[in-house]
Amino acid sequence: MAQPAPDPHFVLRGAGAAVHALQFSCGGEEPDVPILFSGSENGFIHVWNLKTHRVDAALDGHGRKSVYWLKTMDGKARLLSQGRDQRICLWDLAEGRTSVTDSVYTENVGFCRCSLLKVAQGRWLIATAAKALEEVQVLELPSKTSVCTLKPEVGAKLGMPMCLKLWQGSCGSQPSLLAGYEDGSVLLWNLSTGEVLSQLICHQEPVMSLDFDSEKAKGISGSSEKVLSIWSLDEQQNLQVQKTHRLVNAGISDITIRPDKKIVATAGWDHRIRIFGWKKLKPLAVLDYHTATVHSVSFSDHKSPTDRLLAAGAKDHRISIWSIYAQT
Amino acid sequence: MQGREGGLRLCCCLGKGKEPPVRLGWKGPRSPTPALGCLPPTQGTSRVGAARGSSASARGGDTTAQQPRARLLTAGRGGHSPQLSFFSPGWRLTAVPEVLEQFLRQGRLSALIWGLCQQHSRPGSAERQDALLGRIVCLPDLVGNSLQGQGPAVFFPQHYFPLLGGAVLQVLHNVSTSLRGGLDCSVSFVSHILGKVCIHGRQKEILSVLVPQLTDLTKSDCIWQRICWRLVECVPERWMEAVVLGFVQRAPGADVLSRLLGNLVVKNKKAQFVVTQKMLLLQYSYTTAVLQNLLGYLSLDGLRRALLIKVLQELLETWGSSSAVKHSPLEQQQYISKAILICLSHLKEPEIESCRQDLLTSMMEGVKCHLDSSLPQVRRLGMIVAESISSKINTDGPVLKFQVKVVVKFLSVLAALPRQQGSDGTDSFWLVNTDCYLTGFIVSHCLHDDDLIPYDMSEDKELKKTKAPVYIRDCIEALTGSEDLDKWEEAVKALESLVRKNPAAAREVSVELAKILLHLEEKTCLEGFAELRQKAQVAVLTTDPIPVAQYLTSQFYSLNYSLRQRMDILDVLVLAAQELSCPKGHGKTKHSGAQNPGTQLLPETGSSKDWRRIVDERIKSKTRRFAKGQSHVEQPSGPNEFNSLAGHFFFPLIQNFDRPLSTFDLLGEDHFVLGRLVHTLAVLMYLAVNTVAVTAMGKALLEFVWALRFHTDSFVRQGLLSCVSSVLLSVPAERLLLDVTEELLETRSWLEDVVEKDPDGDCRRLALQNLLLMENLKKKLETAPS
Repeated sequence: MAQPAPDPHFVLRGAGAAVHALQFSCGGEEPDVPILFSGSENGFIHVWNLKTHRVDAALDGHGRKSVYWLKTMDGKARLLSQGRDQRICLWDLAEGRTSVTDSVYTENVGFCRCSLLKVAQGRWLIATAAKALEEVQVLELPSKTSVCTLKPEVGAKLGMPMCLKLWQGSCGSQPSLLAGYEDGSVLLWNLSTGEVLSQLICHQEPVMSLDFDSEKAKGISGSSEKVLSIWSLDEQQNLQVQKTHRLVNAGISDITIRPDKKIVATAGWDHRIRIFGWKKLKPLAVLDYHTATVHSVSFSDHKSPTDRLLAAGAKDHRISIWSIYAQT
Repeated sequence: MQGREGGLRLCCCLGKGKEPPVRLGWKGPRSPTPALGCLPPTQGTSRVGAARGSSASARGGDTTAQQPRARLLTAGRGGHSPQLSFFSPGWRLTAVPEVLEQFLRQGRLSALIWGLCQQHSRPGSAERQDALLGRIVCLPDLVGNSLQGQGPAVFFPQHYFPLLGGAVLQVLHNVSTSLRGGLDCSVSFVSHILGKVCIHGRQKEILSVLVPQLTDLTKSDCIWQRICWRLVECVPERWMEAVVLGFVQRAPGADVLSRLLGNLVVKNKKAQFVVTQKMLLLQYSYTTAVLQNLLGYLSLDGLRRALLIKVLQELLETWGSSSAVKHSPLEQQQYISKAILICLSHLKEPEIESCRQDLLTSMMEGVKCHLDSSLPQVRRLGMIVAESISSKINTDGPVLKFQVKVVVKFLSVLAALPRQQGSDGTDSFWLVNTDCYLTGFIVSHCLHDDDLIPYDMSEDKELKKTKAPVYIRDCIEALTGSEDLDKWEEAVKALESLVRKNPAAAREVSVELAKILLHLEEKTCLEGFAELRQKAQVAVLTTDPIPVAQYLTSQFYSLNYSLRQRMDILDVLVLAAQELSCPKGHGKTKHSGAQNPGTQLLPETGSSKDWRRIVDERIKSKTRRFAKGQSHVEQPSGPNEFNSLAGHFFFPLIQNFDRPLSTFDLLGEDHFVLGRLVHTLAVLMYLAVNTVAVTAMGKALLEFVWALRFHTDSFVRQGLLSCVSSVLLSVPAERLLLDVTEELLETRSWLEDVVEKDPDGDCRRLALQNLLLMENLKKKLETAPS
């Protein structure tokens, strides 16, 4: 008989609204405390001290509009946040400051989360849905200059971009962008030419989230239907469906592959977090704690593997922290 | 040494032995005293001259038995014959068995038989043969009678008949040699011996020698086969049955039987009757192996195959006859079903083609009357057979498919069938095993692959959108008006606990709830719907017993209900009665009765068994036992809530059974519901023990039983017998004798009748139990100080 699924390691309460975005920052050396950033529907970004499990600070920079994406840039001093006020803000959090130093006005009204990729020391690329309905814009940070605008062919009818993933193969190859669209297809864009390298229709419904493992050239996507789709990228830059996994309940709002590429976590509309082995997508655990849709899952970046945590933010205003498969 | 007479020849044979016949002469006097010692006292003093007559009369008219032996010895002694009459009877009683023993031990028996096989058509030989036949076959009896069972061991039947078998075999060897030498000879005397031995019930002894040997000999030798066939064909009509039965039961396989018997069934009417009628339709005690032998034998030859089809048609006729289904014992029905399945497996495509229509017709009839039966085993049997027939006759079209789980016992039959071997029986079992093994292997392989052990994910179920209702009135609304199926499902699930939690609120709407639940139909494919509904019904009934019981019992006899609903009413009444009559220690165990799987009366769980089990348990609990049991656990005690209610449950149900409605006729077609009603009454009666109304109930119930005692359905009769048990157990003995004496006496005579004559084994058993209960009651009353 298999063991019962574990309970949460601990639960963070007090976000005050549905939690949409999570970002760990635990990589720092002592005496840096591990930190979790969370973005709520009420526009606040909470900085959680993972030692005391209390809120260290609450950042209010999106005009009380939902914050649905968070990303740190080199440690916890600089944080990017995306909100429904159509802005991406850059926060300076060093030495106790809590100020927005820069911001980008995207003019996008969708829900598409951005994607950030560090291409060189002090140079980042950020992909974000643009003002035009089907377009994706890639900017360079911190200069905020536009690298390219990715526009599907006329009449492609992909719908809005729903999720983005910037990635770069090993040994300094060109960065590429994977984008999931409203019609259920995933496109691979070449950033330098601005052309579609490959298109794969892997869902019937909008692609809600995707993640990609550049080492294995394999990705996973979830939609509002009951299916998880695993696809791979071959040498000819063609996307192919490898397998699909049927879920018990429909709807996936977030997918994250753990940095060590061993397990995958999904955030389900059915209030449950599911863990799969990344190698064969073997179902490993169903974590049932939340009482409403889980919006976001995120793995921590602890230096020591055994400290690694999984955080899930849900509509029930709670953030559950799990320690699962940390030993392996 | 070639004697003219049988007796004389026998002496010659004796003479051919190692010891000279003279020794016989003086061997006797050597031991006169011990021989005398074993004589009965009346004989010791009788005169020698009268010895023959007196000893014969003393042995119970065994004259014929004694005479030939005497003559035999006389002849054997030749010129010394006058001496014989001077021997004392004591001497003869020791000498003759000794002589005979030697005769047997030296294998002279076969020589004797062989001699008779060679010569025939002599004048007077027929009588001699008859006489010898009698002697040879009855020798153990004769010797045993003469010596009062103290003869040598070789004359015991278990030794003598195998010896005789050996002799027969030796003769058959001689016959075979002589046939090969071109000489004609007859085996009819051997056949006579075989027949007579078999009719005397010694098939086992003689055939256990003959059959294995003949099996070997006939394997590749056609002369031996012909000898064998001739051997059985020459058996006289009157003994044929015994011989055929012996062979069919003892042959190791159908092919062997075919070699041994040849086309006997085609040539011999008697054998045909035995094989195709008696063994299949009239008797049912043979094992499956025997059946397979028999039907396999029929299928192995073109001439016999016609008989096989005829047999199948007759079997199907019996199987499909409603009277047979109703009146023959279950064991016989199983036997016939087995035979049908075996027959079917032997049939070939063209043969099926020729009788497809007949098969279809009889299948339809058979299914109808089997499904009509109220005994679950009979229904299942019907379904299994019908499925096999259907799959056999419909090679391309749709086949009949009941979702029966094949009983294990039946699987063994199927597994042994020649053509279905492997696919149904052992092989599938093996497959299951390997399957387990494989999955186990895969799992361990995975584990090895990425070291991640999955957690238990069994709770990962589909998410329900709607919340369970919190108030009973919400439930009612959801169950009646709502179009939202999710809401409906939740309401069905929640209702029982809501009723139990808020008895006061439930009482306000109890009858309405009972009505809704009674009419509730399964709208969605909800798992365990029947059980949920039943639990809710029980909860409503126990919460507000009197009005709801009145409602339910009145609905049982009203128009426009399905049989299912009526049976539901009965189940609910029983479960509620059980719950009410259970002593409750504290509130928590309140509805444990309803949850106990043993008391579930759902139709799916073969309820007739449960009914009976309940009654059986009661009977068991009342039986005195002379063993040290574990210490008795103190039951929580409390007032019996059923006391004041028993009448409300019981009397309305018993009132109207004989008034047929347009859609509901208990005494006619709907005997299954009647059976359930009767069982329900039995349980209610039992649960009413120690209540005030019990005597009146008992009286009414015995009258009810009396009215239905000759019902044709055995399920109903079983119920009636359970009713009697309940009455005997529930009504106090004094009340029984005072108030219901008449009924009790009537019932008693009926029970005695049932014990002897009822075709159903369970009925007989129950009746016997009832009689025992009556006896116990009687004893109890006698010993009690009055």
